[in-house]
Parts: sequence; structure tokens; C-alpha cells
Amino acid sequence: MAQNSTGAVGRNGTGRDPLDVAAIRRDFPILQRRVHDKPLVYLDNAATSQKPRQVIQALVDYYEQTNANIHRGLHTLAEEATEAYEGARAKAATLIGADGPDEILFTRNTTESLNLVAYTWAAENIGAGDEIVITTMEHHSNIVPWQWIVERQGAVLKYVEFGEDGTIDLADVERAVTPRTKLVSMTHMSNVFGTINPVKEVARIAHERGALMLVDGAQSVPHMPVDVKDLGCDFLAFSSHKMLGPTGVGVLWGRREILNGMRPFLGGGEMIEIVGREETTYNVLPWKYEAGTPNIADVIAFGAALDYLSALGMDRVREHEIELTTYALDRIGGIPGVTIYGPKEAALRGGVVAFTVEEVHPHDLGQIVDYDGVAIRAGQHCCQVLSTSLGVPATARASFYVYNTPEEVDALVQAVEGARAIFAAEVSSIVAR
Amino acid sequence: MSLDDLYKEVILDHYQHPRNRGQLADPDVATRGHNPLCGDEVLLAVKMDGDVIQDIAFAGRGCSISQASASMMTESVKGHEVADASALADGFKELMTGGGSTDGLGGNEDLEALQGVKKFPVRVKCALLPWTALLEIIERWETASHRSAAVD
Repeated sequence: MAQNSTGAVGRNGTGRDPLDVAAIRRDFPILQRRVHDKPLVYLDNAATSQKPRQVIQALVDYYEQTNANIHRGLHTLAEEATEAYEGARAKAATLIGADGPDEILFTRNTTESLNLVAYTWAAENIGAGDEIVITTMEHHSNIVPWQWIVERQGAVLKYVEFGEDGTIDLADVERAVTPRTKLVSMTHMSNVFGTINPVKEVARIAHERGALMLVDGAQSVPHMPVDVKDLGCDFLAFSSHKMLGPTGVGVLWGRREILNGMRPFLGGGEMIEIVGREETTYNVLPWKYEAGTPNIADVIAFGAALDYLSALGMDRVREHEIELTTYALDRIGGIPGVTIYGPKEAALRGGVVAFTVEEVHPHDLGQIVDYDGVAIRAGQHCCQVLSTSLGVPATARASFYVYNTPEEVDALVQAVEGARAIFAAEVSSIVAR
Repeated sequence: MSLDDLYKEVILDHYQHPRNRGQLADPDVATRGHNPLCGDEVLLAVKMDGDVIQDIAFAGRGCSISQASASMMTESVKGHEVADASALADGFKELMTGGGSTDGLGGNEDLEALQGVKKFPVRVKCALLPWTALLEIIERWETASHRSAAVD
């Protein structure tokens, strides 16, 4: 997959120059689309990101030039496919500072990565009375698998509550994590508040009490530099589709000695070493956890997404989003009747802004701004526990990425004003339709 | 397909000035309808007088469509027999999820205004939420009265 050399990714990713957003936008065909006859303003990146043509082309190239099953055939196509697939693994390992590619397991998505830990490590290492500590800002995928461990294994699920500003107090973590705690699992970046949680400090607390630390990086890994050695965590889960790659690819990173000590997840081809009539020995990492033919094409295209992001530089991606979020907090916060949730300072949060507008339900808001070409999310964002704790049944959410501009924030603000006009007017003053 | 199909004057009127919003002091049957995808919630309660819905009230939170639909629904069935309410609910469901005919609405113009919602598939659930709650209430009331009749 030849690296594109146009302006967007051709620059030195280690420099401190801001992103060339105009050049980046030219790499995303979908940004040329019109919605309801308006230019698309895509602000639903926390749900999924758009894909640059380099990623789309990688899929086409794979199916047109390379398509073969991996780790099996001795022919040229199989060798090329295997090399590209394993190359993507190495790129993912480099991105997050893993000790090696063998610590990177490919799954379907972040949800499956979290479930993998629940069905393997937690199934064997958590017993009756043992504690799992999570927070009230977790995505359902970081709640439900642990509730099942509670049901099946008699464990105890404990919640660390978020405060009024959508942040976690480390003193509450200190209190919640005890010597009975076996696992602390926490989102690195909230998909509602945008809060960047102090997972490094939490990992230290977890380890002091003898617990392992799982980090849900679905929102953080796509948007900021993340280094597993720096965080000191034991597992990190994230998804390709939120970071310019295709859907259907997730990553679970785990520390090698832990992954080596766990039983496999799914049984079948590839994950085995020797299969006898009665018993089987297993393949080495990472293939021990990748039973069956994997999602070869999408993993390879994910590799192209990782190339794209590393050429931009994750530090510059983060800088861009701090700048845009600062602007958005100011502009959206300036709309009368708007409440913004989460930390007030962009430096403490990712590029996610959840808000409500007095008199306009988020559903109505989402629908109305769509008519101005603006795509945002409305609802509970797969975080019902957060929603209940906050006492706000639904919010609207704008979330940014590398291709978003201040002008698009302006378009959102203008569309929200339009929605307010529909609902603010007393009905009698609306011209009969 | 335009936004005007969705946000008609009569719908906004019911949203901003909901009828029968509140709680009943001594309901015979009450239920909670919930749309987990969006967090919309309708709490519905009825007071019966024989087979007649003597009083009905709704509470809860939701978008303009679910709240306007709840307001219209309560206004349409209050003082009517259960069998009529049930038929109207079926007529409304037919409008939203079936062939789109307004024949089952008995000429109720407010309810007919909701037919624009059909063009916005994700919002159909919002419009149906209070009606699903009504049908649940009717089913529970009928089961309960059947049971007590059988005991007698």
C-alpha cells in the first residue's frame, strides 16, 4: 500500500505545525457529499470516523491484487496477504508502544476486546466475593460483561461515581479499590463527557492492591498519543473504525505474560498447535487468540489508517482537537439555553461535546440540524448508567476529528439556532402550514 | 420530505401545551413505556368506570413527537370505551407501521397530523411509545377484570 504523498500526510509528523486540514479534507471523498442539499458537516466521529481514500484504496487493492487466506498457503498471494496483515499488527503495536506485535490481538471491535478479557482472564481469575471496579461513565460494553461475571462467578461490581463536572476523583478510586479487587476497568476518554480519565494514576492504585488495569481506549487511541508502558495498564481495547479504518476490526493489547497465562478465547483453526482426539495444544501469541480466518482485508486497510495517522502525528491530532474543542465549547456554550456537560476546559477533555438545549429535545435537535447537513448524535450514547446518574435522559453530542473545521462548528451553531427558532416561537405565531 | 411534515403546528401545540399531563391520584392501571435507544419515557395511568376510560394522564420525558402523540392519545381516548380505545390504537399502529391509511383514526384530525412521522422511520417509535403503553394498560385491565369475573 503506497503511502499517499499529498499535503495532508506528506508533512513531517513530528513537527509542531498544525494539521493542514484543507489537505486532509481532500483525502476524504465522503466530505464532498451533500445532505438535504447542504454540504455534509460530519460531527459524529465518536460513533465512527470517516475513511480517507488511502484506506478505501487499500481495501480495493487487497481484493483486486492480493486476496488470499493467511498463514496457510505457500503461494505468492498468501505470502503477500500474510505480510500485509502482520504488518498492520506491527503498526498497531508501534502506535501504542507495545512490547511487540505479539501483544496485539485482532478482534471485531472494542466490545469484543472487552468481552475477550471477561471470557478468558476474568473467567479464570475472579471468584466469589472478588471485586471489579468500574465507573458510572462507562459504555455498556464496559458494564454488561462484568455484570455477567457477577452473575456467574459471584463477584462484586463496584462503581466509582463521576462528579458534577464529569470527572473522577482519585480519592474515590482509592476508596473503591481494595485488596479484594481483581480488576479495575475504566474508559480513558468518556464518549459523552469527553473527560480524559487519569488512568495512569488509577493503574498505579490498582497494582498497589494487586488488581489488573483494563483501559477502554475506544475514544482515546484515535485522538491522542497513548503509550501502554507510560500508562502502566495491563489491557487496552480500541477499534479501527473510530480511527479512519474500516468497521469490523478491534484490538486488544495485553501484557505478554498475562496473555501467555490465559486460556484461549475461541477454539478452532489457527489458534492450535497440535490437535489430538482428546486434547489440543495451542499456538503462540498472538494467533492463540485468533481462531478462524480473520478479517484480513479490513485489518490490512486498518494498517493504511495507522499509516495515515502516524504521518499526521498523534500529538498534532490532539493539538488540532484541543483547538477545535476550545472553539466549540465557546460557541455552543454561547447559545442561549444550552447546557454543556463534562469538563469546562478543552485540555482536560477530548473532542466530544455533549449538550442539551432548553425547549428542544435532543431527538428533535438531531433531526432538525440534519436538514442543515449537520450530523450529530442524540440520545444516551450507550451510557444509560451515566444518563441515570446525571439525571439527564438524553443529550445531543458533537464530536470532532482531523478533518473538522471551525466553520463546521459555526454551521452546527447556526443549525441549533434554527431548531430553537422552531420551538421557541409560540405556536400561534408560526405561519400555518 | 421536509421538516414541515414533522413539525406541524398542531404537533408543536400539543408538545408545548400537553393535554392530560400529570398524575392520577388513584389509578386503576398504570404502566411505564420506555424507549431504551433514546431515553424517552411515558408514564401512563387510567381510571376506569366500567368499560369506560373515565380519566387518563401521562407523565415522563421525551421528544416533541412522543409527547405530542401522548397528549393526542389521551385526549382521543378519554371518556371512551376500552374497545374503542383499543381500535383507535390499532388504527394508529396501522398508520405508522402498516399501509399508512388514516381510515382507522375515525376522522381525528390531530392524529392525522402525525402521519408525517411515517416518513422519518427513526421517529415512528417515538410516536408509537404512548400507544404501546395504552395497549399494555388495556391488556392488563382486561386480564384483571376477566380474572375477577371468573372468580365471581
